[in-house]
Amino acid sequence: MYEIIQKQEMAKGTIVKFIVNAPKIAVKIKPGQFVIIRVNETGERIPLTVADVDPFSGTITIIFQVVGKSTALMRSLNAGDFFKDVVGPLGKAAHIEKLGTIIFVGGGTGIAILHHITKAMKLAGNYVIGIIGAREKEMLILEEEMNLLCDEMVITTDDGSYGQQGFVTQPLEKYLDERHDVKEVYAIGPIIMMKNVSNLTKKYGIKTMVSLNPIMVDGTGMCGCCRVTIAGSTKFCCVDGPDFEASEIDFDELEKRNTMYLKEEKDALLFSIK
Amino acid sequence: MLDYDVKYLRYKTFLNTYCPHCNNSFNVKKDNKELLVFKAKFKKQDIDILMSPYLDVFEVEASVPLNEGDKLSDLICPHCLKSLITEEMKCDECNTKVAKLIITAYSKLLPFYICLQHGCEWHGLTKADERRIKLKIPRQEMPEQDQKLRIHNFVEVPYGLTTELALLEAGRCLQCKNPKCVDGCPVNIDIPEFIRLLCEEKFNEAAKKIKERNVLPAVCGRVCPQEDQCEKLCILGIRDKPVAIGNLERFIADFERKMDLVKIPIIKSKTNKRIAVIGSGPGGITVAADLTLLGYSVTIFEALHQSGGVLVYGIPEFRLPKSIVNFEIDYLKRLGCKIELNHVIGNIHTIDELLENFEAVYIGVGAGLPRFMKIPGENLCNVFSANEYLTRINLMKAYKFPEYDTPLPKGDKVAVIGGGNVAMDCARNALRTGAKEVTIIYRRSRIEMPARNEEIHHAEEEGVKFKLLTNPILYVGNDNNWVKGVECVNMKLGKPDDSGRRRPVVIKDSNFYQEYNLVIVAIGNGPNPIIFDSTPDLERNKWGYIEVNPETMETSKEFVYAGGDIVTGSATVILAMGAGRAAANAIHKKLSGKN
Repeated sequence: MYEIIQKQEMAKGTIVKFIVNAPKIAVKIKPGQFVIIRVNETGERIPLTVADVDPFSGTITIIFQVVGKSTALMRSLNAGDFFKDVVGPLGKAAHIEKLGTIIFVGGGTGIAILHHITKAMKLAGNYVIGIIGAREKEMLILEEEMNLLCDEMVITTDDGSYGQQGFVTQPLEKYLDERHDVKEVYAIGPIIMMKNVSNLTKKYGIKTMVSLNPIMVDGTGMCGCCRVTIAGSTKFCCVDGPDFEASEIDFDELEKRNTMYLKEEKDALLFSIK
Repeated sequence: MLDYDVKYLRYKTFLNTYCPHCNNSFNVKKDNKELLVFKAKFKKQDIDILMSPYLDVFEVEASVPLNEGDKLSDLICPHCLKSLITEEMKCDECNTKVAKLIITAYSKLLPFYICLQHGCEWHGLTKADERRIKLKIPRQEMPEQDQKLRIHNFVEVPYGLTTELALLEAGRCLQCKNPKCVDGCPVNIDIPEFIRLLCEEKFNEAAKKIKERNVLPAVCGRVCPQEDQCEKLCILGIRDKPVAIGNLERFIADFERKMDLVKIPIIKSKTNKRIAVIGSGPGGITVAADLTLLGYSVTIFEALHQSGGVLVYGIPEFRLPKSIVNFEIDYLKRLGCKIELNHVIGNIHTIDELLENFEAVYIGVGAGLPRFMKIPGENLCNVFSANEYLTRINLMKAYKFPEYDTPLPKGDKVAVIGGGNVAMDCARNALRTGAKEVTIIYRRSRIEMPARNEEIHHAEEEGVKFKLLTNPILYVGNDNNWVKGVECVNMKLGKPDDSGRRRPVVIKDSNFYQEYNLVIVAIGNGPNPIIFDSTPDLERNKWGYIEVNPETMETSKEFVYAGGDIVTGSATVILAMGAGRAAANAIHKKLSGKN
């Protein structure tokens, strides 16, 4: 059993942040790795990225968007409640080294995991440029935390309610035009965002890493649910990823695979309301 | 000479006994008035002639009151007054003279001998007759759930042998002096001995006998491929069907569990040495149980949220009820073994870190990385690996969706690719979760199918179709990227390959298209990379499995042992247990020899 230490609702309650007591994981988890949480006995195994860790107090911070029954159930929990299972760390860690200038592009809840990687890259001595975006002002998360890490930061909102109006790709393109010392772009967010960033950076020939979020069951390579096509061959996101070189990814396939259980998700929600 | 009455008489099957001299029947009636009257003289005060023969064909008990000072001399036919005592045979137990009767068994008249010594219960046929009778008993099959009913539920298909059937089946065992069946068992269970104990209705002792060698009899009795192991070598199998050793094992284990006879042994010599076992599948359980009993303190690390490995995520409920697995895991815990769930070794602890805290490490992680055929369309929606499909249903209980949160893959027309036990499990699961038509697509012919005959037979009974000598080459998707059909080619069998099976060859221009909206790929597993990523110094063979010393199961790293699928590739539960047993012995030898 893993205790929830702290709970915070963000973005009008559609995004929730939990600080969970998981000392063994907190010591081991590296940026880019994820955990799987099972809320209760009948629950499904939900892969969640880790936004931050505190190895000294033995806690991990998870941030997730409420999309279906399981995440709604998670939101209903409070500090002092317990998760039945937390498994981790899972997946390969992001490759952290001093490269020079790196642009970190984040959208929606993707900013959560981006934050963990940005922190490590900053500590490794990189010059960090952050571009984070959301649909509107209230939906933007971790602005302060990112601001602390980034040497330069741009905020975009789709409706222009905060920062620049538009998508994250616009300031990214500007940076890529102006700066020629960008060594790597890290983009984490909705699939469509990562796809657009990838298309853009391909033109500039800049290495771009993304973190994928396919549907998973066990998260240890055992089931193959999370398979993605990378450079024409099948990879398992949970053991080969979740970070991949963006230019090689078949985003369209991933997008369709991720909609596989939309109907079931609705059914489950209706069932739980009843 | 004295006249006396037989006090009481009990029989299960009617037995007629005759005098060997005059062939008159000793009329046996249940009524106390007209009972068989033996004339005899005995020297002891009381004697019980207990005729509860070895075979469950009949059972007669007779109690004879005698006067003090009587001499044991004779048992006399009431019709011809001739002595029934014979020199032909002697009592096996007390080496005294025995009485000879004629009995009818299987519509034959056979001589039957009983010992008259007080307290001796020996009785029997001549060895040749005994053998002949045993050969007449047909193999007893387990009653099964109706095939039309069972595809609508997840209840176990065979109900198991009843006590009567088990005794009858056990009676078939010839008790060979040089039993071949034991050699066929990967953990060398003393099969004739447990069957003998079963015949004597000493079920608890029989269970103990099995457990000396096998910690999971209830599991193995269900999922072992006995027809390729112990039963394959059974002498009875040459002319007739072999003894149903697996079913008897299952009966004994179920009896012990249901009657609550399982006792936790007291572990006498505790050592302070610690052993880490990675994976709580059948191999890990064996190592853990063996070493715990030897006094080691064992910790099992399991990656999933439930222990049991393939027994809980792979094998379906209707083939191996999860309550049995949980019972065995519980037994392990009661023995004192620690189980750490949600621990993915390689990530949370590396093997090297484990070696700092444990004297030895056993890797029994299985081959957990599903294989695909690398043909186009394999990543379409509703194309699954068998592992995912089974995990969703078995471990995550998706068949109870939406009560359980994990969604259940659905399709009317289901194709299962592969011919192993896992393919059969998938096909039968699909039927139980609402598929209208399920087809198994296998590239070789029926004979080469690696699945157990029993599984193929069950699948066929339930209405699974078989497309043999067929191989998929392409999955076709609709606009939304969901699979809608499979393009296949026909195959023919060519020359035998390394495995000895005939290699399937594509027949040119035999392509055809078939509609399916759910495809399950069940073509086996490769090694999972997680442990190797953090332990590069673990030597592996050309297929990527761990290289071990075949006798001790020790890997290239000292104090690290491995066994099961991660060494052999996809194999069986019992082979993993055999490897676990070998490793446990080697670990004990090494660690106890050190100090």
